Amino acid sequence: MTDLKPAPAPDWATEFDHTSDAYAAVAPQVWEELRGTCPVAHSEAHGGVWLPTRHEDIAAIAHDTEHFSSEGVIVNVFKPEGLAPMGYAPPITSDPPFHADARRLLLPAFGPKAIASLEEGARASCQELIDELLADLGPDGDVVDVARAYAQHIPVRVIADMLGLPKEDGDRFRLFIHRIIEKPGEYSGTLAPEDTLLYYLTTHLTRRRNEPPQDDLIGFLLSTEVDGQPLTNEHIFGTIALLIIAGIDTTWSAIGASLWHLAQHPEDRRRLVDDPAVLPFAIEEFLRFYAPVTMARIAATDTEIGGCPVAKRDWVMLPFPAANRDPEAFEQADEFVIDRQRNRHVAFGLGIHRCLGSNLARLELTVAVDEWMKRVPDFELASDDPSTVRWSTGQVRGPRELPIRILRTEDAR
Amino acid sequence: MKITLDSEKCQGHGRCYALAPDLFDSDDEGYALLLAADGVVPEGMEEAATLAADNCPEYAITVEA
Repeated sequence: MTDLKPAPAPDWATEFDHTSDAYAAVAPQVWEELRGTCPVAHSEAHGGVWLPTRHEDIAAIAHDTEHFSSEGVIVNVFKPEGLAPMGYAPPITSDPPFHADARRLLLPAFGPKAIASLEEGARASCQELIDELLADLGPDGDVVDVARAYAQHIPVRVIADMLGLPKEDGDRFRLFIHRIIEKPGEYSGTLAPEDTLLYYLTTHLTRRRNEPPQDDLIGFLLSTEVDGQPLTNEHIFGTIALLIIAGIDTTWSAIGASLWHLAQHPEDRRRLVDDPAVLPFAIEEFLRFYAPVTMARIAATDTEIGGCPVAKRDWVMLPFPAANRDPEAFEQADEFVIDRQRNRHVAFGLGIHRCLGSNLARLELTVAVDEWMKRVPDFELASDDPSTVRWSTGQVRGPRELPIRILRTEDAR
Repeated sequence: MKITLDSEKCQGHGRCYALAPDLFDSDDEGYALLLAADGVVPEGMEEAATLAADNCPEYAITVEA
């Protein structure tokens, strides 16, 4: 097809498809429109899916593990069945009571104290990436795709290091993620077995079991016990898959969206440079305004959302970024307020599935923005044409191509 | 000023001990611990206490003037 004329906008209340480029490009406007006209929308896409957009409804579902199961968290025509309560990627796909132990195992490694110890390495990693991309520009170049040259690499390095996987495998991780999250179902049955995450992890785990134990997260999962029993292979495999999938393009998206914002808002760039104390508030506002992650549930029983009847086994999306822009929950909800003092944003979800990696994600986003602004305090979008910025499709939203023009740099200290 | 933490609601978002480190700490799993054990906010920490309450996504912290 070579017809480049834009297709007519779908009726978002009944025809949304969150894996389409049309939805990805304007998702915040879709949520705002729906919140006013049809706050619990339904589409036949992907076998049928509900889309609540009010903070109140999204919070109620996230807190209600009795009526909404996490057996499936990525909306897909292939709906997981018979995997509860562990699910295929514990603990994110686990329901109570299994969930609590599976999560508790991992909490200390992702707790605030453990994560704080990674700051120095993360900063060094950002500085190295900036040095490289500035060196690659050449004497007259001033345009760089910061989504690809900067944002995407930061979380890969950190999580590979925590797990004990080679960081050179970052490209493979991103390919797995693209298939699983951005285009769920599309690659099913079309891949050579050795190109899959299943093969990659099985091979790696087999090797690790034959090697002396190592002090990393994979080593921990291979040796730990719950109630005197080692974890099952399915549990270990699912958790490692989760940590690879969930920790990378989410944070990549948040870093990219924050830089996209700063490229268009010189007043916010200046504020960050002049008033470093605003950074922690700015980071939370980036997370509120550009929250990347929409989760999903499967109705465990016939139930309702905001008075709207939902049938057992229906898919339900939890668009946390939509909740974050609900004027019922936030003052000036549709405005980016860099020093917002009251910010109960739900970028990391709510309830028992609160993002396990939230401390890590905050650290990475903080360090990535801080180090970038120290070296590149002024930059703008490379083009006025919004189509030059490509937003990811699916349940994790962020810029995947983000060409910016560097206007001024500072020397490395 | 009085402050309370509902530990049943806390999910370890970690906003309180980041914004009010003199009033809250975290346990090893990241859940919040209220340091003002008697529930009284020490003088001069009212602003930090309000900030902690206003940024808890789970509405687990309440302050009363």
